[in-house]
Amino acid sequence: MQLIECPYCGPREEVEFHYGGQAHVSYPEDPASLSDEKWAEYLFVRDNTRGPFAERWVHALGCRRWFNAIRDTATYRFHRVYRLDEQKPAMS
Amino acid sequence: MSSNENLGADGAAPYRLPTGGRIDRNTTLRFAFGGRTLTGHPGDTLASALLAHGVHRTGTSIKLGRPRGIAAAWAEDPNSLVQVEEPFPEPMLLATTIELTDGLAAHGIPGQGRLADVPDSARYDARHVHADLLVVGAGPTGLVAALTAARAGARVVLIDEQSEAGGALLGTDDSIDGGPALDWVRRVTAELAEFPEVLHLQRTTAFGHFDDGFVLAVERRTDHLGAAAPRNVSRQRVWRVRARRVLVAAGAHERPVVFSDNDRPGVMLAGGARTFLHRYGVLAGRAAVVFTTDDSAYAAAVDLSDAGVEVRAIVDARPEAPGEWLSACASRRIPVRTGQVVTGTDGVERVTAALVAPLDAAVSGEPERVDCDLLLVSGGWNPAVHLFSQAGGTLRYNAALGAFVPNGALDRTTAAGAAAGVFDLAGCLADGRRAAAAVFDDLGVTVAGEESRVTADDGPARTPSAVLWRVPDTGTTDRSTQFVDLQRDATVADIARAVDAGMRTVEHIKRYTTIGTAHDQGKTSGVIASGITAELLGRPIDDLGTTTFRPPYTPVAFAALAGRNRGSLFDPERTTAVHAWHLARGAVWEDVGQWKRPRYYPQPGEDMETAVLRECAAVRGGVGILDGSTLGKIDVQGPDAAAFLDLLYTNMMSSLKVGSIRYGVMCRTDGMVLDDGTVLRLGQDRFLVYTTTGGAAGVLEWMEDWLQTEWPHLRVHVTSVTEQWATFPVVGPRSRDVVAAVTGLDTSKEAFPFMTWQDTRISNRSGHDASTPRFARRGRPAPDQDVRVRVARVSFSGELAFEVNVDAWHAPAVWERLVAAGEPYGITPYGTETMHVLRAEKAYPIIGQDTDGTVTPQDLGMSWVVSKKKPDFLGRRSFARDHNNRPDRKHLVGLLPVDRTVVLAEGSQIVEGPTLPEPPVPMLGHVTSSYRSAELDRSFALALVKGGRTRIGQTVHVPVAGELVPVEITEPVLVDPEGARRDG
Repeated sequence: MQLIECPYCGPREEVEFHYGGQAHVSYPEDPASLSDEKWAEYLFVRDNTRGPFAERWVHALGCRRWFNAIRDTATYRFHRVYRLDEQKPAMS
Repeated sequence: MSSNENLGADGAAPYRLPTGGRIDRNTTLRFAFGGRTLTGHPGDTLASALLAHGVHRTGTSIKLGRPRGIAAAWAEDPNSLVQVEEPFPEPMLLATTIELTDGLAAHGIPGQGRLADVPDSARYDARHVHADLLVVGAGPTGLVAALTAARAGARVVLIDEQSEAGGALLGTDDSIDGGPALDWVRRVTAELAEFPEVLHLQRTTAFGHFDDGFVLAVERRTDHLGAAAPRNVSRQRVWRVRARRVLVAAGAHERPVVFSDNDRPGVMLAGGARTFLHRYGVLAGRAAVVFTTDDSAYAAAVDLSDAGVEVRAIVDARPEAPGEWLSACASRRIPVRTGQVVTGTDGVERVTAALVAPLDAAVSGEPERVDCDLLLVSGGWNPAVHLFSQAGGTLRYNAALGAFVPNGALDRTTAAGAAAGVFDLAGCLADGRRAAAAVFDDLGVTVAGEESRVTADDGPARTPSAVLWRVPDTGTTDRSTQFVDLQRDATVADIARAVDAGMRTVEHIKRYTTIGTAHDQGKTSGVIASGITAELLGRPIDDLGTTTFRPPYTPVAFAALAGRNRGSLFDPERTTAVHAWHLARGAVWEDVGQWKRPRYYPQPGEDMETAVLRECAAVRGGVGILDGSTLGKIDVQGPDAAAFLDLLYTNMMSSLKVGSIRYGVMCRTDGMVLDDGTVLRLGQDRFLVYTTTGGAAGVLEWMEDWLQTEWPHLRVHVTSVTEQWATFPVVGPRSRDVVAAVTGLDTSKEAFPFMTWQDTRISNRSGHDASTPRFARRGRPAPDQDVRVRVARVSFSGELAFEVNVDAWHAPAVWERLVAAGEPYGITPYGTETMHVLRAEKAYPIIGQDTDGTVTPQDLGMSWVVSKKKPDFLGRRSFARDHNNRPDRKHLVGLLPVDRTVVLAEGSQIVEGPTLPEPPVPMLGHVTSSYRSAELDRSFALALVKGGRTRIGQTVHVPVAGELVPVEITEPVLVDPEGARRDG
């Protein structure tokens, strides 16, 4: 069982966290102006990266706060975590 | 030689030495094995006690039915699987790891045993522990490492699976610091016990190594006490260790060499026989042949000879014997045959002879028989890398050792000593100290002071081992008796068949032959299988590697893994404030998530169907009461609460007036229904959101997600108040009278309209009916003070209804008062089943039953709940997608079986005609809810049907008990479609 570093609580066991999919996929400014295709892209299309990947996580059974993480999808290792108000770090 | 020979009438153990070993000869334990009553001593294992009586054979092999006997002294033994019957039945334990207890009863099994047919009353539990350094193995390496770390002030956990510390030292007569090694062990463990931050656990097996220094270990706390085990102590305990660094000092397993008929009882690993001698004072035989490729078996031969065993030959496959050992052998008249191998054995129940022949380019000629009752084998040693490898450590092949060793270290994990391929005692001691020091370097801690050096006399210098996986074929070799995995009865012939079938990797060969998949997970067979495969393929073993090491290292009982999480503690049970009342009323329970909810309240002689018909009729004809406390409740507060809910719900919430209630639907961004429920506006900045019982946690997380990630500018806070509020719908035409009587509110149509709420206070002294609550929770005061009650006029049944909300503390009393006030009207408590029927008659959907994540509000016929005015809300854009407007989307409709008595099965598929066409049969949809209706006096159902709303009045078919029965598609609302009752 991995330890995940919650930016607010520190390292906690992974069962306390829920996964939220790819990070930095913003809700469109004006959904009504999007074509069906563009809207479907927002809804359904995500990267399927092998290697470092920016993801959303929530400390669901802890502080209930969302944060982002760079995690390697091949090794499962978390490279770093960052708050929502922090810049996306370099992917490594 | 029979295994019964020499057994005296008094049960004396003829193979037990008068002195030596770590057993208590002053105490005699009686035990039964295979129907015979035998004796042993504290400190024995079942295996050592059997061997003391000359019993080698413990069982029969699983496929071929061949006799099998004790082949090693600990967990690497592939053979001695037994079924324990007393003190408690347990299958598939190894005689070599069962500590002998008085009254133990066991018998051998052919591979599989049987589980107890009575409940296990023993306790199992779990503990967590955190450490700077976890040391796995309390042999010389682990002890040195643990002591070094402890002296440096580290929090150390030292875990070892044997009954006492010492590891391999327990099976030798080695010296440390000029004295017996076990004296040194005693000094080290005594010093470790002085450190408050050191946890030292024996009889504890680290069986799994996971991410980030997480190691699971199982401690056998009372097994060694047998029937005397105290009931108040857990039998086994799982330790969940989280360590900053892990040192694997788990030692090594001796490796056999494969030859024909190598599975007979009496064929044993050389180190095993040496352990039986030194640790248990038991001779594994009288006349031994030792077959080796390695020096370590010479120590076994010399020790056994000194103890009285006639060693008739050391058969060394190497061309030259180790010179350092030759004089020791000569002085004991042990013949050493170099350049020779054992090609086979004789014997049935027990080995009677070893067949010995020269090892040339090919083994040829007639082998020589050397009679013996014990054939010791050593093909070198395999480091016990299991825990290192489980954590992701890679291995490399060391050709000199003929073994796979850890390839460097992991971030948190190192192996040391024999587990790292260091096989001499002095080397192990040095490696343990080095490993501990490296950990502190790594953690940035300086080790204070110079550690005292430990020295060991390690005997003669070593001569390089030969690597021999199996004895080469002679002209007459039968590979089908050359056993590689004895537990699986898998042989060299099986590997050859796999290779011939085209397998080229050890993982494929493992699965094809089953080698390494049995109880022992290939402890003695895995590396040999790789070696033999490499030979057959003509490739170097380095290329092939080993199969993957997976937890558990040794088998762990499910009971231990479950710990206390059994029965009612398996999963938390959530109960409402009036649970005791339901229980006393004889409610039948339904599990809704973790909640216990009354499903119905049967009266004597009633089954569910009759009880539910009675409850339904009572509600629609008079008044009923439901415990709806499990509904999710979320308090939404803040200046932007209304704007937030407008974004979250499909309909408008900001226009809701304080004091009013609105039903709302939430959708995901793809437009599919996520949850539904009512929203009470408590104030300008405050709403109380009701969710479904099952959706409560998910909706809260959904709200937090949007508030934190997309709408952080909204000044809103949300919190769950599900547990704080009890909710009691009082439902039916007479609900008005009951609620008025208890609350004193004017519940008339004019004063209390539908979809409004009112707060009030009630008191025992107010003159209302005030029966004493019989089921008030223990220690709770009677409600003689003002109790705040919120009454909401909402309906999930289509009837006139009022939901009485009260804090959980006062809930039992208020519930009782409602029931008492309803007595004149025959108030009937009803459960979830009746609730479901009543709402289905009104086509109120249950999210998750009538919907499945592919259903929009429009599909449910609820376009009216989707705002046309709001510029955006979650799901809005999706409603304009072409896909969401296809005419063949599935719509929620009613189904009326033509035969009014037929109740359709929920989940049934719906097809067009009365006969099935050739497959594939077009599926029109499925039944989502189906019941018998008291109000309609017939069966009915809800269903999702393709283009359903355009098919009202048509007949389709549903399979019932193998027949296709006709059903009519109807409007979904079957009772009071105008809503006159609800609004009355």
